[in-house]
Amino acid sequence: MNEITITHILFVSTALFFIGMYGLFTRRNMITMLMAVELILNSVNINFVAFNKYLYPGKLDGVFFTIFVVTIAAAEAAVAIAIIINLYRSHQSIDVEDAGEMKY
Amino acid sequence: MNASVIIFYIISALILGAGILAVTTRKIFRAAIFLLLSLVGIAALYFWMEVEFIAAVQIIIYVGGIVVLIIFSIFLTQKSGDEMPKPLRNRSVFSALSVLFGFAFTYNLIRTNRFAESSPGTFQVKVSDIGTQMLSTKEHGYVLPFEVVSILLLAAMIGCIVIAMKSKPAQAITES
Repeated sequence: MNEITITHILFVSTALFFIGMYGLFTRRNMITMLMAVELILNSVNINFVAFNKYLYPGKLDGVFFTIFVVTIAAAEAAVAIAIIINLYRSHQSIDVEDAGEMKY
Repeated sequence: MNASVIIFYIISALILGAGILAVTTRKIFRAAIFLLLSLVGIAALYFWMEVEFIAAVQIIIYVGGIVVLIIFSIFLTQKSGDEMPKPLRNRSVFSALSVLFGFAFTYNLIRTNRFAESSPGTFQVKVSDIGTQMLSTKEHGYVLPFEVVSILLLAAMIGCIVIAMKSKPAQAITES
C-alpha cells in the first residue's frame, strides 16, 4: 500500500464508469443523463492517461487519444444540448418518458 | 505512506464522492455543481500523474465549457429549485445491483491481471512534443485524426445551429 500502482488508478476509473452507468440507468431527465455520459467519458480518459504513464512512458499516444476524446465529448455535449432545447420547445418537458413519439 | 499516496487517496475520494452525489441528488442544479467538483478532481488527478497539459485542457473544456453549457440549459428548461421525482424503487434497486456486479467482475479482472513491465523511458509530456507529433505527417504523426476532428467540430457547430434554430412561422416568411 506504500506505492500507487496502475491498479489503484484503474480502480478509480472503473468505479467512476459504473457510477456514470448507474446515473444513466436511473435518471429520466435528459440533462442529468448527459451528465452521466460525461462521467463515463472522463473515466475512459483517466484510463488512457494511466496506461500511457505506467506501461508506455516513452510514448505519447494515450495523451493524444485523451485530447481527441475530450474534443468529441465537447461536440457531443453541444449537439445534445441543442436537441434538448429543441425538444423542450416542442414538448415543454425534457423527460425521456414524455418524448415517446419515435418509439414505434 | 508518503505524501503522494495520501494526496492520491484524497483526490480519489473527491472524484468518487462527488460523482456519486452527482448521479443521486434530486436537485438538478446541485447535480451540476457536484459534476463540476468531480471534473475538477479529475483535473487534479491529471496533475498528480504529471500530465499538466491534459489537466489544463480538462479544466478549460470541461469546467469552463461543458458544465457552463449544462448550467445554461438547466436555466433554460427547468425550474432549478424543484426536486426531481424519485426514480422507481425497482429501477434503482436493479440498476444498483447490476452496477455492483459489473464493477465486481471488472475489478476482479483488473486485480488478477499481471500488467506487463513498463517499457523503458521516462514519462515526460512536453507541450512542444505534443504539438510536433500532432501535426507531423510522418509515422506516428496525428495529422489525419486532427483534420478529421476539425471537420467533426465544424459539422457539430453547424448542426447545433440548425437544430436549435427557431423556425419562423410560415406567415412571417411569406410576408417578408
